[in-house]
Amino acid sequence: MPEEYIIEVKDLGKNFDGLEVLKSIDLQVKKGEVVAIIGPSGSGKSTFLRCINQLETATKGDIYFDGVDLLKDKIDINKIRQKMGMVFQQFNLFPHLTIEKNITIGPMKLLGKSAAEAEAECDRLLEMVGLADKKHAYPSSLSGGQKQRIAIARALAMNPEVILFDEPTSALDPEMVGEVLQVMKDLAKTGITMLVVTHEMGFAREVASKVIFMDNGYIACEGTPTEVFENNENERVKAFLQKVL
Amino acid sequence: MAFLSSLAHVFTKYGSMFGQAALLTVSLSLGTVLISTILGSLVAFMKISKNKLISSIASVYVAFIRGTPLLVQIYMVFYGLPMLGIKLPTFTFLGADFSRFSSGLIALVINSTAYVCEIVRGGIQSIDIGQTEAARSIGFNKAQSMLYIVFPQAFKNILPSLGNEFVSIIKESSQVSVIGLAELMYTTNTVRAISFTSFEPLIIVSLIYFILTFVLSTFIKKLETKMAKSNRA
Repeated sequence: MPEEYIIEVKDLGKNFDGLEVLKSIDLQVKKGEVVAIIGPSGSGKSTFLRCINQLETATKGDIYFDGVDLLKDKIDINKIRQKMGMVFQQFNLFPHLTIEKNITIGPMKLLGKSAAEAEAECDRLLEMVGLADKKHAYPSSLSGGQKQRIAIARALAMNPEVILFDEPTSALDPEMVGEVLQVMKDLAKTGITMLVVTHEMGFAREVASKVIFMDNGYIACEGTPTEVFENNENERVKAFLQKVL
Repeated sequence: MAFLSSLAHVFTKYGSMFGQAALLTVSLSLGTVLISTILGSLVAFMKISKNKLISSIASVYVAFIRGTPLLVQIYMVFYGLPMLGIKLPTFTFLGADFSRFSSGLIALVINSTAYVCEIVRGGIQSIDIGQTEAARSIGFNKAQSMLYIVFPQAFKNILPSLGNEFVSIIKESSQVSVIGLAELMYTTNTVRAISFTSFEPLIIVSLIYFILTFVLSTFIKKLETKMAKSNRA
């Protein structure tokens, strides 16, 4: 496979007990790209994202990451996941650990960082997401928007090549969506590769370098934000955008 | 009045025997709860294992132990171990024969492990799957996710249930008296025989059991309240 793609997906399919959620997905992602994955509910967006880091096992096709076929080559998925962060809709912070420990547990246990190194990195990340004062707090004392910013910091602490965002703002109160999107915008500028399943059309239009529209287990339309959002002749995309915009 | 003075007489005369026996009952119960917490957790991991053989072994064990009387299990250990050629060391421990103590302990552990297993399994399964997914997405393998993320949360949630299991064990340990271990119940019967009183020792022992369980339950309730406060949803 050509080396310029950090992720390449070929003819990916996924069945849940006979229900074909993903029929055939092809996608190429270059290093540093921000890919927004949009589309109606039930179109397979989240399943697709979860197949990439193997939280779901695809039933057919290939997923190449850094040139390695995740489905067919002999790989250590735990090592791969270290380079592929994920941010969840429900945050999934570890409630029994402080914010600091949430962020440092991965680097310390998996990357062999010392407590001091991990803490310094944690401080830097907390500064970046604007929550330096929450270092010693527990997740329960944070608002949804703050939790999600910490979840982003936690993913970044592993210094991943790619971050997968699974509807990162869908569980948030409207007034907290902005702060999370801002962090993601800042992140996009750093050149990290991002795949974002989202219902935030503004974010997709403004920040994404590529937008893919999923419908019924296929990618129905793909292109730059301008190509997808403006003067799109694709009927399904038009119908969807009319509903959400 | 005559009854009360008789009660006082039995208590003053045999109080130290009851004290020694209470110590034995508490040691037996505490030992049981500590060991069965560890073994019960292991059996719980076996039971939720994806390996069919391992999980079947755990399931059969739990079903069998929970489906048979503790009294039968106590007898089976006491008479079964020597038949298997296993000799438990005999020396005096807290005023009782250690081989009987350890027989009783083994039987109670075998029994309690099955119940603790179900408590732990329930605790693990009550933790949201998102916690495991988040841990796995960072790069932790299954065992690390369990060790660092799921189990600590589960354990905190099940502490009150483990405390209640402790309370049950204190009461159920009275059945170990049938193998001649001088814990509270056995001692009660001894006192009834040597003091020629049938009822007074029962009053005393019931009060001792009640104090033990009441103190423990109160402690557990306090713990629960404290945890509810710090519970970080």
